[in-house]
Amino acid sequence: MHIMYFTERPYRDVPEDEVIINRSFFGVPNRFYDAQVGARLYNEYLDEDVYAEEVGFDGIMLNEHHGNPFCMGAVMNVEAAILARITKKVRIVLLGNPLPVVKNPVRLAEELAEIDLISKGRLVPGWVRGAGSEQIFNQANPAYNREYFNEAHDLVMACWTKPGPFRWEGKHFNFRYVNPWVMPYQKPRPPIWIPGVISAETVVWCAKHRYPYIGLGTALQSTVELWNLYGQTAADEGYMAGTENFGYLQQIHVAETEAEAQEQGKCAMFGGGAANFSRPEHTLPPGYNSREATRRLAKQATDYGFLGITSDKLKESQSGDVPHIGIPKPGGDTRDRLRKGQISIAEAKEKIYRNYQKAQDGLQIIIGTPKTVIPKLKLIMEVLRPGVFGLFQAQGPLTTQQRLTSIRLMGQEVLPAMREIAKGLGIVDPFEREPGSRPYTAGTQYDSLVDLEALKRAPKRDESVRV
Amino acid sequence: MNLMYFTERPYRDVPEDEVIKNRGFFGVPNRFFDREKGSQLYNEYLDEMVYSEDVGFDSIMLNEHHGTPFCMGAVMNVEASILARITKRARIVLLGNPLPTFKNPLRIAEELATIDCISHGRLVPGWVRGAGSEQIFNQANPAYNRERFNEAHDLILAAWTRPGPFRWEGKHFNYRYVNPWVLPYQKPHPPIMIPGVLSPETVVWCAEHRYPYLGLGTALSATAELWNIYGDTAAKLGYVAGSENFGYLQHVVVAETEEKAEELGRAHLFGGGQGAFSRPEHTLPPGYNSREATRRLARTMTAGSGGFLGVSAEQLGRSNEPKEPTNLQQVADSTRRRMARGEATVDEARAAIYKSYPKAVEGLQIIAGTPKSVIPKIRKILEVLRPGTFGVFQSQGPVSFEDRMTSIRLLGQEVLPAVREIGKELGIVDGFERIPGSRPFTAGTKRDQLVSLDALRA
Amino acid sequence: MAEWAEEITHVAGTDLAMIKGGTGKPLLVLHEELGHPGWMSWHEALAKERTLLIPIQPGYGKSPRVEQIRNVHELGMFYSWVMREMNVGQIDVVGFSLGGWVAAEMATANSKQFRKMVLVAPSGIKAPEGEILDIFAVTIGTQLNATVLDIAATPEFRKMYGGERTPEQFEAFEDARTESARIAWDPILHNPSLPYFLAGVRGLPTQIIWGREDATVPVSVGEAYKSALKNTDAKLTIFDHCGHRPEIEKSAEFIKLVREFLV
Repeated sequence: MHIMYFTERPYRDVPEDEVIINRSFFGVPNRFYDAQVGARLYNEYLDEDVYAEEVGFDGIMLNEHHGNPFCMGAVMNVEAAILARITKKVRIVLLGNPLPVVKNPVRLAEELAEIDLISKGRLVPGWVRGAGSEQIFNQANPAYNREYFNEAHDLVMACWTKPGPFRWEGKHFNFRYVNPWVMPYQKPRPPIWIPGVISAETVVWCAKHRYPYIGLGTALQSTVELWNLYGQTAADEGYMAGTENFGYLQQIHVAETEAEAQEQGKCAMFGGGAANFSRPEHTLPPGYNSREATRRLAKQATDYGFLGITSDKLKESQSGDVPHIGIPKPGGDTRDRLRKGQISIAEAKEKIYRNYQKAQDGLQIIIGTPKTVIPKLKLIMEVLRPGVFGLFQAQGPLTTQQRLTSIRLMGQEVLPAMREIAKGLGIVDPFEREPGSRPYTAGTQYDSLVDLEALKRAPKRDESVRV
Repeated sequence: MNLMYFTERPYRDVPEDEVIKNRGFFGVPNRFFDREKGSQLYNEYLDEMVYSEDVGFDSIMLNEHHGTPFCMGAVMNVEASILARITKRARIVLLGNPLPTFKNPLRIAEELATIDCISHGRLVPGWVRGAGSEQIFNQANPAYNRERFNEAHDLILAAWTRPGPFRWEGKHFNYRYVNPWVLPYQKPHPPIMIPGVLSPETVVWCAEHRYPYLGLGTALSATAELWNIYGDTAAKLGYVAGSENFGYLQHVVVAETEEKAEELGRAHLFGGGQGAFSRPEHTLPPGYNSREATRRLARTMTAGSGGFLGVSAEQLGRSNEPKEPTNLQQVADSTRRRMARGEATVDEARAAIYKSYPKAVEGLQIIAGTPKSVIPKIRKILEVLRPGTFGVFQSQGPVSFEDRMTSIRLLGQEVLPAVREIGKELGIVDGFERIPGSRPFTAGTKRDQLVSLDALRA
Repeated sequence: MAEWAEEITHVAGTDLAMIKGGTGKPLLVLHEELGHPGWMSWHEALAKERTLLIPIQPGYGKSPRVEQIRNVHELGMFYSWVMREMNVGQIDVVGFSLGGWVAAEMATANSKQFRKMVLVAPSGIKAPEGEILDIFAVTIGTQLNATVLDIAATPEFRKMYGGERTPEQFEAFEDARTESARIAWDPILHNPSLPYFLAGVRGLPTQIIWGREDATVPVSVGEAYKSALKNTDAKLTIFDHCGHRPEIEKSAEFIKLVREFLV
């Protein structure tokens, strides 16, 4: 089992009121950024990563978001470059570079090749479409999002595997002389993983490319469905999917005592958490989703996804600030009522933190001592059998010491327990078994990817609660 | 004085024959890249930079070139990121980020701000237009090179200094929501330095922005002329330019003995050296130069008079080839032309390249020697140009890691202290001791003397 | 010799240099990416019965650059404006290489502005087979030499480009290359949308002319033009033993074909 340490590298000193007034993290004016604090936090996060390697994590995961105190990894390749040099054995897992916003995929291919070389082959570059707000921030036309993603992906792969020089003439990218001197360390190319928030299109795309799919804290029930879809697609493609094809990311905080953990863990709700990542108009820019996905969204209230779309946001993005279009929902959600001035900031905050227990009940966050968090992690592992497991350090204004303690306790107690559990469950990771390496014979039974019996024991997630 | 260590981070294991056959470093097929060697070299270069900080350099300079074994800094911000964390004191001087090749300058603003924060304010981001080959490689329209440079520059500065969110609607870049969360550590923005190869447009632009201009191994007399243009422009704009406004990069390699030094110095000519950076069609893509610059070039260039990655008569397609090549550029041009016409074998071409070594030494294109013999030569440059920043450009070519480290050690032990003394004696101050452009100029008075033509003649 | 003269007129909001020569109904000639090559024998032959109007593309040393022209389609819109302002009515057009691409763009915007159209080895469509020569990443010498199949057998090529290159010539080439790069650098000398819009061209008899050994724009592009112009009468004629400049490499055949077509 491959266990990763992950933090969003939040700018923890952003005033919570500003996030609430802004009704999201994205778009908080940058006058609230203090470079002294930023400098300290960047270095502390790098310290954490080094420490995570010391206590036994196998990988360090990074992600990228722009214009957002939620995540300081605006250009995560900066941090990836540093980790390539200052860590010694962990994999550096990028989930992921937002291909549609990058605009010069050949440069990205060079950049990642350098990092892979400096790390002596420890890079796992993953790709994402980028949240809606990344399209806004980077002026990346969302109506071409999927096309940019596909073409940039193909171009980066060509850079890495097709001898230069050659010409690339695509729909969105043209390069007359592709011949990057710097090539990745890993041959034929670095392994690639894809994170996702329950887009069926992405899952099928991953299965076709034999790329492991990492569910970002997604609800177990829908994750199970999608992994079966992956498995079915894999079988259609002629290979057997297994634990090596999957990963899962879980937000967690561990402390010495249950009381401490419960008190500190509240910070995961800070500012409304991931549900408050960006406002509806920034979450769903035009054309960002395929017509099929939009139809799916429009018909059903979706469950919570990481930075994902909720039915409330969908409605709000359609009605916006023009009340006569939308049919007002009685009461409305917090954001909606705040906007209308029906509640105060203090009330909005109170509403946010009121859901803390429910968020734990639904496993949106796992808070506790090693002893209490291990059974919860075990349940997730039983249900989903992920070869890769990411532990996502809780967001919000934890102190540096609280964060380091959490890492230490994970290393001392949680990681060994997880490895034992994984062994018992026969979970192997993508480095132990190459994803897509096992042929599948049509008509035979393929590996069971999830455990539906275990799922019955899993708590039902209250979808109105978002972290 | 601000003393910088610089290496192009060459891929030293590229077969020289391939460079000669390709008639340039740019465009050597990437099948000659070996990952084990690449990995080792990147890490050794980082070791060198850490060591150069240890031995007393004030700054580490990086540069960027794409698709060429001449320089492995394809995305130098990767190395800059690492230096931000693994060095403690040295400034990280980027000369420079090739603005016109960026399709998303706002991303660069974020990237550099992150690096500045991680380094606690040690970043000196410089900008370049990028060599011709960078435009080819990055599909950056050379006909808009200067426009893209200017607009990307203005956008990045705005992103760093203007509170967000705001909208940017320019000719080449449009952003609906500029509000980078990460901002630079240094306020109001990091100090900027611009390297150049003798384009008067760039020099004037630098003077207008009060950015120090750093000559990349350019010929002393031509450099002196341009610095006077800078000084006059500064005076017109109402400030006094001084040594803080200038820098110079010089190839220097030092060894324990003269014999060893010569061996290392010769390596600088590997593959044809700077003059073989790229073939003519990649050096001068259409519209890369302004009409004025093109006119100047078309009329004034004689064969072989090019500078650092510069343009020569051959690059212009003129054929008044000199009978006896007298500098590196001429040798490279002449060799390239004879190769292209099938008139020379690879071995003949190689012989011609290395035959030019004594001339390169004589013309100060290469300074190689023991500390004792290199110091007087550096002194001469300092006397002529009085640069506040002086960069030492480590040898190119297949020099061993040990020899490179020895050169750094000797520079630190003997050369840097001597250079500092000379700087003090000459009253040279750098751009960190005195902010460039901070001294007002009173009309009618005489501006500072920036260069010494007497020293040049001596 | 037919009478011809170059004059600068104020038209379409700018000063535009234009060569006019010959007698008879006007014929718009759109020059190639290196500019107007000088008065060649095919000019002379066509000028006997037609008045040639040869606008010199803005920025080509003769008249100022028009900043607003940022792609080949916009260059076509500019020339359409020029023709409207000159009141030439429906006109015949012949375009060479990039000039042929411009004519095709103009036809997609309004096929009725032309009576007949001659496209001589136009770029503008991505080659289904082979590649359009990347003229922006080769030397001028390489580019020029790639335009004809047999330099020795093409006296007019030597007339155009022979001898030592002068500083003035270097500048003129750089002007031309710069203007072409401004509009055709990316994508590389083509407009991915052009084939789709060419299907909208109706009622415009079109003669496409190509050299089978064209090393600048592969002959497959000619086939692509012909199939894209599926709703109008388009004919493709390919000369054997001929490169990118049929007008000088197969001068007699070229003149005969164009004269007969334009009747």
